[in-house]
Amino acid sequence: MPKFVFTLFTALTLMLAFSANSLFAVEITNVSYDPTREFYDEYNKAFQKYWQDKKKEEVTIIQSHGGSGKQARAVIEGNEADVVTLALAYDITAIAEAGLIKKDWQEKLPKNSSPYTSTIVFLVRKGNPKNLKDWGDLAKDGVGIITPNPKTSGGARWNYLAAWAWADKEYNHDRTKIIEYITKVFNNVLVLDNGARGSTNTFVQNGQGDVLLAWENEAFLTLKQEGDKYEIVTPPTSILAEPPVTVVDEVVDKRGTREIATEYLTFLYSDEGQRLAGKHFYRPSNPEILKEFGNQFVSTQLITIDNPLFDGWEKAQKEHFTDGAIFDQIYVKK
Amino acid sequence: MSVSKKVLPGFGLTMGLTMSYLSFIVLIPMFSLALEAAEVGWAGFWKAITDPRIIASYKVSFGCSFIAALINAIFGTIMAWVLTRYRFLGRRIIDGLIELPFALPTAVAGIALTALTVDKGWIGKPLAELGIAVAYTRVGIVVALTFITLPFVVRSVQPVLERLSPDYEEAGLVLGASKLKIFFKIVFPEIKPAVLTGFSLAFARGLGEYGSVIFIAGNKPLKTEIAPLMIVTRLEEFLYGQATAVALVMLTASFIIMFLINRLQIRSATFCEG
Amino acid sequence: MKNTNSIGQALPNAFQPNLWGRRFLIVITTLFALTFLVAPLVVVLTRAFEYGWSPFWKAVTEIYTVKALRLTALTTVLAVTCNTLFGLCAAWALTRFQYKGRGFLITLIDLPFAISPIIAGLIFILTYGRLGWLHPYLVDWQLRIVFNVPGVVLATIFVTLPFVAREIVPVLAARGTDEEQAAVLMGAGFFTVFFKVTFPHIRWALVYSLILCAARAMGEFGAVSVVSGHLRGKTNTLPLHIEILYNEHKFSESFAVSTILVATSVIILTARNVIEQLAKKEDESNVFRS
Repeated sequence: MPKFVFTLFTALTLMLAFSANSLFAVEITNVSYDPTREFYDEYNKAFQKYWQDKKKEEVTIIQSHGGSGKQARAVIEGNEADVVTLALAYDITAIAEAGLIKKDWQEKLPKNSSPYTSTIVFLVRKGNPKNLKDWGDLAKDGVGIITPNPKTSGGARWNYLAAWAWADKEYNHDRTKIIEYITKVFNNVLVLDNGARGSTNTFVQNGQGDVLLAWENEAFLTLKQEGDKYEIVTPPTSILAEPPVTVVDEVVDKRGTREIATEYLTFLYSDEGQRLAGKHFYRPSNPEILKEFGNQFVSTQLITIDNPLFDGWEKAQKEHFTDGAIFDQIYVKK
Repeated sequence: MSVSKKVLPGFGLTMGLTMSYLSFIVLIPMFSLALEAAEVGWAGFWKAITDPRIIASYKVSFGCSFIAALINAIFGTIMAWVLTRYRFLGRRIIDGLIELPFALPTAVAGIALTALTVDKGWIGKPLAELGIAVAYTRVGIVVALTFITLPFVVRSVQPVLERLSPDYEEAGLVLGASKLKIFFKIVFPEIKPAVLTGFSLAFARGLGEYGSVIFIAGNKPLKTEIAPLMIVTRLEEFLYGQATAVALVMLTASFIIMFLINRLQIRSATFCEG
Repeated sequence: MKNTNSIGQALPNAFQPNLWGRRFLIVITTLFALTFLVAPLVVVLTRAFEYGWSPFWKAVTEIYTVKALRLTALTTVLAVTCNTLFGLCAAWALTRFQYKGRGFLITLIDLPFAISPIIAGLIFILTYGRLGWLHPYLVDWQLRIVFNVPGVVLATIFVTLPFVAREIVPVLAARGTDEEQAAVLMGAGFFTVFFKVTFPHIRWALVYSLILCAARAMGEFGAVSVVSGHLRGKTNTLPLHIEILYNEHKFSESFAVSTILVATSVIILTARNVIEQLAKKEDESNVFRS
């Protein structure tokens, strides 16, 4: 018995030591989505240096990555994030609706609070054996598509909407034809992973499918790592993905970190932050910096989510992705 | 079993500790689940648990878990038999590896099994040439669940076989019974409760498995979506009530299975004592 | 333990298939073990050492790996300790007294075995999370349970709760209470009876169950992943860290870190085998003495 008590006591002390550790250093938590890992890894180092130079203060930045929706949910359920940097505005709006962020968050920072943007491209195997050039080709018979599940992944919702936008133009707003097309595309999907990274792994590591619908930055990253086996096809039209960032008001007010958290996000708009974003294959929102990257980013016609076709995330979500909406009807016809 | 048992001390202390611990760790959190599910009301609850995609996922979950548990019941019993009765090269190693699925993080198991069974993997390639696809099909789910629940049957049956006295078998042989008859009349009845226990534990565990399956399943709606994935999907849509409703269905299924096992064990225990 | 395990090809036993039947069964067992146990292990190991020893070493000594390892160690120790105390109490309460509802209690203890890890995590979120009904009280006390180390520990305790109790209950149930009754009649108190009379009989079962409990606690992924919030260097356990590395496309690193868990579990399971042998020997010598 005394032995157990002793072990328990030691363990509890250890546990206290663990939590005490984090009480004294300046620490902020950035809850982000999957493909930003490498970017924030480097960005955090740059920001730590910047903050050290400016305030002579050391800052620890705790990173958390996962599917965008899941991460938003964790914040709502009590994961104390000082800043959230997610895949789509809808997820941040959900946090705002839960009362953690002020409703007008998107106007707080420039450019819709999106310091960098991205788009959806096709990653295909070398030589593009199935000759996939545009969204229409995805509906052809015998094309194996890999995409994450729009229900669980922010990136996948962009994929779906980009395809929808193309079809809307192609079929001249004929809803039946658009849905027919989308159904064909999703019938060609071989594996629906939970998140963007899962899909990349399925396509690259396990060699499944002919085309991966991917974030542009994710596709570039794969190319950088295994360039000789894949190539990127940028379709003539796609969607402008704006991954937004914001401060979580309730948390920063409670923890007294509003100043540093705000600074952390504004630094994203600085030249240095923008260049880092570009280096990690996000499109910098500052046009000057974007130019520095020359023709790395193919300019295509990019439709935004606020286009009348979708009319903002709230409507798009309701029309396409909620329980029983169009995406569900693709699979369950009854 | 006499009433004089009451003499033993410590009932208050141990029972008190047991109940408070169980309340804190199991009952109170479970209560929250019921609380959350109650919020959607009866109609909502019913609708949530009978959605066609959810129904399809029950079929996948129950079907695949059942097959995996069955595979383990058959091969697990053979393994337990071989490991206790025969001495051969590598026996110790196999015996030592049985609990590996408990210790390996389920995600690692899922990743490794997927790498093995895709059409370019060591096992998947020869099978693909025969026209059998494993990864990203229901077969893949069965493979993952078989791995995850492998220790249950082996470890339930092994101790029983070790304790089994050879006298009965010898008696049977002396009386001139055939070998098969001895197995089915003498050995099998002895190990049957253990096989069933292992089977049900494996089945119940398989129903809930998530970490390894999502890697290998392909997660195609209506085809390879498992029930725990549907719970996660519902959560992603912020539909807590619906998610907990499905969770409650799965929970009730597990509870019933576990309760039946325990009835079985109590029966077999009294049988042994008597 | 009547079955004295001697060496020999087959144990002395009347029921034996013929030689070919035996070989067939052995081959089946070996094949099954090769496919389902050895092959995944080999995948993990080959991928871990894909680029040789030094990247492997770098991956396992990296700061976040070490932090995750520390958290996993802490969680495992706490979970095993709590569940041992609980398991001993429960075993005593369940086997030494007769009352209604015992079957229900046993099932309740078993339940975590059968609950989906996802639900196991979810119930803690629904209880202690920001939307949970206990949350207001936690705020008053300035306590944070989920998305923090205590949540990770709680989830692990939940998942491994049945291990010790389940192992001890049958052992105690199988033993009569005569010795204990006698000790009580001679005036011994509860603690004396328990530690002097009962404990020696359940020692080996206890050690065995501790080991399994530890192995399972180290590897728990699903439930912990729901409550941890994936805060790097803070609430990431080793299994979560492995997933993160994998998602960062650091494949060989992720398998390298997996080998820490695999190696630990192999050590633990070997220890178990040794203990089993020891226990068997002790039992046998007891049989001879009596």
